[in-house]
Amino acid sequence: MKFPYSEKVLEHFRHPRNVGKIENPDGKSIEGSPACGDMVAVYLKVDQESQTIEDVKFESYGCASNIATGSVITELAKGKSLEDAKNITWKQASEELGGLPPIKAHCSVLAVEGLRSAIRDYEERHGLVTEKEPTTMEVVRRRLKHVMNPLTGLDVIRTDLVLKTSVEDGVVRVVVDLPSDHQFASAIKGDIVEKLEALWDVKRVEIVFTE
Amino acid sequence: MYENITYLDNSACTRLDERVLEAMKPYFFDTYAVATSEFGYSMGIEAKEGLEKARENIASKLGANSGEIVFTSGATESSNMALKGVASALRDKKGKHIIVSRIEDFPVLNTAKALERQGFDVTYLDVDPEGKVDPESLGGAIREDTVLVSVQQANQEIGTVQDLAALSKICEEKDVLLHTDATHSFTRLPLDVGKLPVDLVTLSAHTLHGPRGIGGLFIRKGTPPLHKFMDGGFQEENRRAGVENIPGAVGFAEAVKLVTPEETRQLEAMRDRVIGRGLSEIPDVTLNGCRKPRLPQNANLTFHYVEGESITLHLDMKGFAVSTGSACFSRSLEASHVIMGIGGNHERAHGSVRISFGRYNRPEDADAIIDNIKEVVTRLREISPLSKK
Repeated sequence: MKFPYSEKVLEHFRHPRNVGKIENPDGKSIEGSPACGDMVAVYLKVDQESQTIEDVKFESYGCASNIATGSVITELAKGKSLEDAKNITWKQASEELGGLPPIKAHCSVLAVEGLRSAIRDYEERHGLVTEKEPTTMEVVRRRLKHVMNPLTGLDVIRTDLVLKTSVEDGVVRVVVDLPSDHQFASAIKGDIVEKLEALWDVKRVEIVFTE
Repeated sequence: MYENITYLDNSACTRLDERVLEAMKPYFFDTYAVATSEFGYSMGIEAKEGLEKARENIASKLGANSGEIVFTSGATESSNMALKGVASALRDKKGKHIIVSRIEDFPVLNTAKALERQGFDVTYLDVDPEGKVDPESLGGAIREDTVLVSVQQANQEIGTVQDLAALSKICEEKDVLLHTDATHSFTRLPLDVGKLPVDLVTLSAHTLHGPRGIGGLFIRKGTPPLHKFMDGGFQEENRRAGVENIPGAVGFAEAVKLVTPEETRQLEAMRDRVIGRGLSEIPDVTLNGCRKPRLPQNANLTFHYVEGESITLHLDMKGFAVSTGSACFSRSLEASHVIMGIGGNHERAHGSVRISFGRYNRPEDADAIIDNIKEVVTRLREISPLSKK
């Protein structure tokens, strides 16, 4: 038998840890959508005094790498301080899983974001975040670091797939260095739009392909 | 290694039948020469006879004359040849408009897109929620400058069978060439070009327990000569260059011969068992395509709230091979254009599973796959944020 994933991924896929909901969570998030094909919900119970993650659970609508990353990320986060948990990266999760195929990076990165968003939700609810951050080029680039280039399994910023970005009056424009009829053009476009549309002050996202 | 696997992806490719291999062997080891002209040497003359006999047998299954069949490397080449060949032959004589259905398989769909980039105008015909092309809307889409219509006989993913009788009648009345992709239906569904005015038909052996790498294109006599898009020798009456794949052609003909109506009925019974049990025993399931008429070997169901690649991987670990229309499973990371084309949303495509039967399946496979899907879907729904718990 020859499966497309490492033994560790398959193990987490078969027996995902910390699955389910937490009643009255201190923080929660939903990342992704049925349209993008993957969705992760993360629920947190935080120990107020020590600011550590007492319990964390997740739910997944997604493929194997999404489920396995969700599972491993809850294991990594449990018992950690919020600050440390925030710094868990996709790379760490992927290494913990014995590596993930590059084409699957975008499915698994959602779980990492889910954890960060749940922490942010906790911070917002508990007055630890004062004001909303306006969307700048810097924010756009930071968000795009969560869009994976399926050709390499690295993000679209690091692999220079994004040539240019601009933000003007709530309209974000992203120039992608691919022809519009490329095999992955629509998938990448969908991914970028989804990441940027979610920002509170973004009205429209325009993707331009090079020919 | 895979003898215990229950293979249910026969629409993608089939296991070769040993009898096909036996028929092919002499053309690899004994009569292995190229097909020579009647003034060539003995081995080449005999090889040529084998090739022509294969052509005749395939042609007669389709109600065609043997001169109307060109051997190709498979369905992709056949459809490329049909669309590009007609397009460049008629672009200056008749026009630059082509009509294809929205749910065609990639050889037709992506060839149409390539022609669009070369300046052709392509109409992508909508289909109804079961995947059918409405003959009236085809009639309405045909224009003065339409050179070709391409509508498949049966769909590769959801098994919808088109009303070729009605569609071909309209094309004939409006004097437009009609191509049909019969990759999944040839020998499984009736198709007689002696009765239906279809001008070009794509055929392939890989779906019929024949070898891969061999297919055919039926080109009705009297069709304007198609432009050759591959230059080389004068094989296949100067219609397709390249050394003839004689073992392949012989295997293709043998594979066609081996398909029987009884076998097709057995496939239909397994299909109906999967669809019937799937719909009645598992909650929140949608059938993709219609119940009848339907491609005999095809069942396609969407299990809502779960993602297809997770289903197929669980099934793989349990020893079942099936496919899904989920984006995660596809090479382009895009959800099935067929499910989207019948008005489905991404969620319906992501949760879709195609089960396609073949000669080596047994009736109990239908029950086994549904039992296992039931278990897998229940497990995945337990961890899904979308399911109503």
